[in-house]
Amino acid sequence: MTSNRTVIRNGRVIDPAQGIDRVADVLFSNGRIDEITGAPLATIPEGHSVIDASGLVVAPGFIDLHTHLRDPGYEWKETLESGTRAAARGGFTTVCAMPNTDPCQDNAAIIEDVIRRAERDAIVRVLLIGAITRGRHGKTLAPMGEMADAGVIGFSDDGDPVEDSNVMRQALGYSSSLGLPIINHAEERSLVRGGVMNEGHVATRLGLPGAPASAEAVMIARDLELAALTGGKLHVPHVSTAASVELVRAAKARGIDVTAEVTPHHLTLSDAWVYGMHGEVPDVISPTAYDTNTKVNPPLRSRADIEAVIAALVDGTIDVIATDHAPHAATDKVCTFNEAAHGINVLETAFAQVMQLVHAGTISLPDLIARLTSRPAEILGKQTGSLVKGSAADIVLLDPGVAWTVSAQDFVSLSRNTPLDGVTLKGRVSATLFGGRVVWDARATTAGVLS
Amino acid sequence: MTSPGKTEVTQGNPASTPDEQGIASSEATAPALRHLLDIDSLSQADVTAILDSAEGMLEVLGRDVKKTPALRGKTIVTVFFENSTRTRISFEEAGKILGADVINVSVSASSVSKGESLYNTALTLQAMQVDALVMRHPHSGAPHFVARHVNAPVVNAGDGMHAHPTQALLDLFTLRQKLGDLNGKRITIVGDVLYSRVARSDILALTMMGAEVIVCGPPTLLPVGWKPGKSPAEYGYEDVKIIGDVDEAVTGADAVMTLRIQRERQDAGHLPDMREYSNRYGINRRRLALAKPGAPLMHPGPMNEGVEISSEVAHGAQSVVEQQVRNGVAVRMAVLYMLCSRGKEQ
Repeated sequence: MTSNRTVIRNGRVIDPAQGIDRVADVLFSNGRIDEITGAPLATIPEGHSVIDASGLVVAPGFIDLHTHLRDPGYEWKETLESGTRAAARGGFTTVCAMPNTDPCQDNAAIIEDVIRRAERDAIVRVLLIGAITRGRHGKTLAPMGEMADAGVIGFSDDGDPVEDSNVMRQALGYSSSLGLPIINHAEERSLVRGGVMNEGHVATRLGLPGAPASAEAVMIARDLELAALTGGKLHVPHVSTAASVELVRAAKARGIDVTAEVTPHHLTLSDAWVYGMHGEVPDVISPTAYDTNTKVNPPLRSRADIEAVIAALVDGTIDVIATDHAPHAATDKVCTFNEAAHGINVLETAFAQVMQLVHAGTISLPDLIARLTSRPAEILGKQTGSLVKGSAADIVLLDPGVAWTVSAQDFVSLSRNTPLDGVTLKGRVSATLFGGRVVWDARATTAGVLS
Repeated sequence: MTSPGKTEVTQGNPASTPDEQGIASSEATAPALRHLLDIDSLSQADVTAILDSAEGMLEVLGRDVKKTPALRGKTIVTVFFENSTRTRISFEEAGKILGADVINVSVSASSVSKGESLYNTALTLQAMQVDALVMRHPHSGAPHFVARHVNAPVVNAGDGMHAHPTQALLDLFTLRQKLGDLNGKRITIVGDVLYSRVARSDILALTMMGAEVIVCGPPTLLPVGWKPGKSPAEYGYEDVKIIGDVDEAVTGADAVMTLRIQRERQDAGHLPDMREYSNRYGINRRRLALAKPGAPLMHPGPMNEGVEISSEVAHGAQSVVEQQVRNGVAVRMAVLYMLCSRGKEQ
């Protein structure tokens, strides 16, 4: 157990839930927040150990509404332990795990098993998302009520859309009594056909089958109408296109109960990354092209789509940033682009990636942090994502200006599937505390352990 | 340019045939062509050098005893993950005429559902010290993937919808024979451009040589954004003009190329049926007459006679289809020679 009483000294404390942004000290004891001071204290309070946060930002631990922990069933890709270690390194103290495990998380017994094992293995908080339908097959509703009682925070068939409109209607209707959102992977499969990347110039030049952006908007439009019809709560995952953004914006104006998330990669990486030149458009398609670590679903989109989702994040149409962390083993990615599994390893690079928006002056740092903390907490309806007195001492120390180079080899995730290997990003997570305990300390290897 | 796929061709004496030069001297002037993945990795000078070399190869091909020792002791492996007759045989003949040992591997792509297999296939061939790998695969970028893992030069014999560079080179070679300098010549490509690796490589090759490329096909079989009247910036390819009406597209053309239409396109909903396609986009005597007098009619084969090309013109005076096939062997000889005759030091 950590020292009962600790003070985090001299950091710029940003707590969006309380509207706080000032240089101050944060005091906590027994894993709970005691106080954010009005200004740095003149002296270290009696009996407190000290974490020096001079020059750093102190914020609530991040909350990820969309994570894949692969456990049970795919433990060679990630486990509850490795995935939460990756989360801690990325500044996340709460991750919401998708149910596309084997067996699939579609009943209370499995949910309870994962919760129990997470208590033993995970180093940050794991919340679970139950399946919408049994086996994620899209046919009959899974026992949502029982799973809600077991503690799930929403329902999703994850990578598989609920294609049957009536099943989707029933899911939204049924879950409305539980107060939990339906998170439907929005993809009209009959439009995607064999598409493996975004349909557009890059796909044409690479000769890769393209999936049109409208495959996403078509299903979002349906889901929004069904949310309006049922009064259900809809959360749209990984919004990636300009048209999707317009639909969500209009739906919010109509008063439909909808929230939306966007991933770090859909905010920062265009489909030109498939060329394998870190986003540059090359004169020659080189042997490094067809980078399978850029294959993700929804696919990386055009520059115009990126601009639209950024604008939607800034204006609040998109509520939160979620990672869609999707670890895959080398065998799933060392192959042709068609064969490669969808998904990018995101947790450990997420903050640095989205900091690009702050460095570009597109979004303020407090607002960015809100989209990683207080806003997802509101969607969860949980008392997390804030440094308010009495809440869990889930805290990140951020160094927004420091540059570092991503090295997949250094990932604490079991998988290495990042397109950012070798890319230098500005902004890093210096330390992460979960319930007052240090679960990540970037300075441990360089400047000594936190005192 | 600095891109890894870029080739640097040392201008030695590319036009000479290998048996005139002999192995030693040819190695001394061998160009540093690493792989042939697509036309974009070649400069105009590279292309000209290959075509010039193919002239000499064509002469060898016409001999009674068509055998040279140029690549004696070299092993070329062709690996086809997709059915092919003419392209595989063309490479095999090209390698054998040059004296190389050619090993043909046929693999059903369906038995290679996991990428690790392709990875392991590449490593296995690498371990066997092959001197060149000729590869066809239904997935775009598969040769690029293999090229990342082997030292031997990789020749792309067709990858998915992406590229078919030796077809483009043989098309250029055939057009050069017929039309001379292609600068300013109007070449019309008709058909299923969306799925066509031949069209993609031909567009790169023809525009590189200064030709004006006209593309025409059903809107559902053109890449996204390729619409008549759109600016090249909107569909990403400069120097390509989209014309919706096939008669207009063919009119005044210096050469016409029609592409094979696959029956799967009908099943996938791109087309009502083959008859309607033939009526609206097939090249027949009336349409060919709209092109310049004597304009060569090309087809990458195999042809669906009566669909994208009428039998009458397929075997008519303007057809150069068989010439394309013969030129294909010569061009592939030139490519294999350039790739395999380089020294071990690379």
